[in-house]
Amino acid sequence: MEKKKITEILKEKFPEEIKEISALLGDETVIIEREFLQDLCVYLMKTPHSFTMLLDLTCVDYIRDEMRFEMVYHLFSLASNDRLRIKIRLSEKDLRIDSLTPLWKNANWLEREVYDMFGVHFEGHPYLVRLFMYDGFEGHPLRKDYPLRKRQPIIPMRRKE
Amino acid sequence: MSGGWITTKLNYVIGWGRKFSLFHYPFITACCGMEYMSTACAHWDFDRFGCGLTTFSPRQADLIMVVGTISQKEAPVLKTIYDQMCEPKWVLAVGACTLSGGIYDNYAVVQGIDNIIPVDVYVPGCPPRPETFLDAIVKLQEKIQNQEQEFRWKRRK
Repeated sequence: MEKKKITEILKEKFPEEIKEISALLGDETVIIEREFLQDLCVYLMKTPHSFTMLLDLTCVDYIRDEMRFEMVYHLFSLASNDRLRIKIRLSEKDLRIDSLTPLWKNANWLEREVYDMFGVHFEGHPYLVRLFMYDGFEGHPLRKDYPLRKRQPIIPMRRKE
Repeated sequence: MSGGWITTKLNYVIGWGRKFSLFHYPFITACCGMEYMSTACAHWDFDRFGCGLTTFSPRQADLIMVVGTISQKEAPVLKTIYDQMCEPKWVLAVGACTLSGGIYDNYAVVQGIDNIIPVDVYVPGCPPRPETFLDAIVKLQEKIQNQEQEFRWKRRK
């Protein structure tokens, strides 16, 4: 008997909260609302599904869409060797989401990176400051509307002879 | 015997001394450092040209080798290190990223370190071969030999 896919199990368990599931070539994906993120992660972590690793956490900017930013979470189960991807759409006007740092310590720097590059605010994060760019840097460079050739040097550039 | 002849010979002798005793400071940030390492070690061995002594203090260095991508965040560090070096000093910029930003035409990378410090010899390549590196050192030696030498007791015009 073939093992039931994790996305289908989740869809049966939470038919209301999970908006959409998809699976392509072994990439199981669930699309949810942001209010449900922490509950879902706690469920996946504590139950025998045992999704105990947060592999990556990142963001994508779909500039033409109304719900412009898409948060992507990659989870890995050590018990069943399964991978799961969680996607959440956020709008530019209300760019907030719950922090996952209380659940996974490695979410701390990943969320700081996403805050630095895209400007997503993680609520409940212990120390949400820029990770890569320096103090005084304006804007978020991985947003699609950041000017391509915009430079913000720290020291003045010298004039070439 | 005129004074000009002595000045010219003194200039020549100082240049000869300086070009074969280059103490270098390696400012290595990226993958071109691999080429630096192979050039510095026994196979290509730039100690043959008299610049084998690596100093890890800019205050004792004559030559700074800037090898690798310089990000905007790193630019003040490079500037400080260059300012800490004693005169006379020379700069060797190695690799496409150092010269022009290379493939990193983006928000984070300085588009050529000559925006920050003056550069004497440019070594292009991604990364440059050790032979290119050696050629650059010979070019720098020619430059040092032929330039007007500065020293402490020199009469200023």
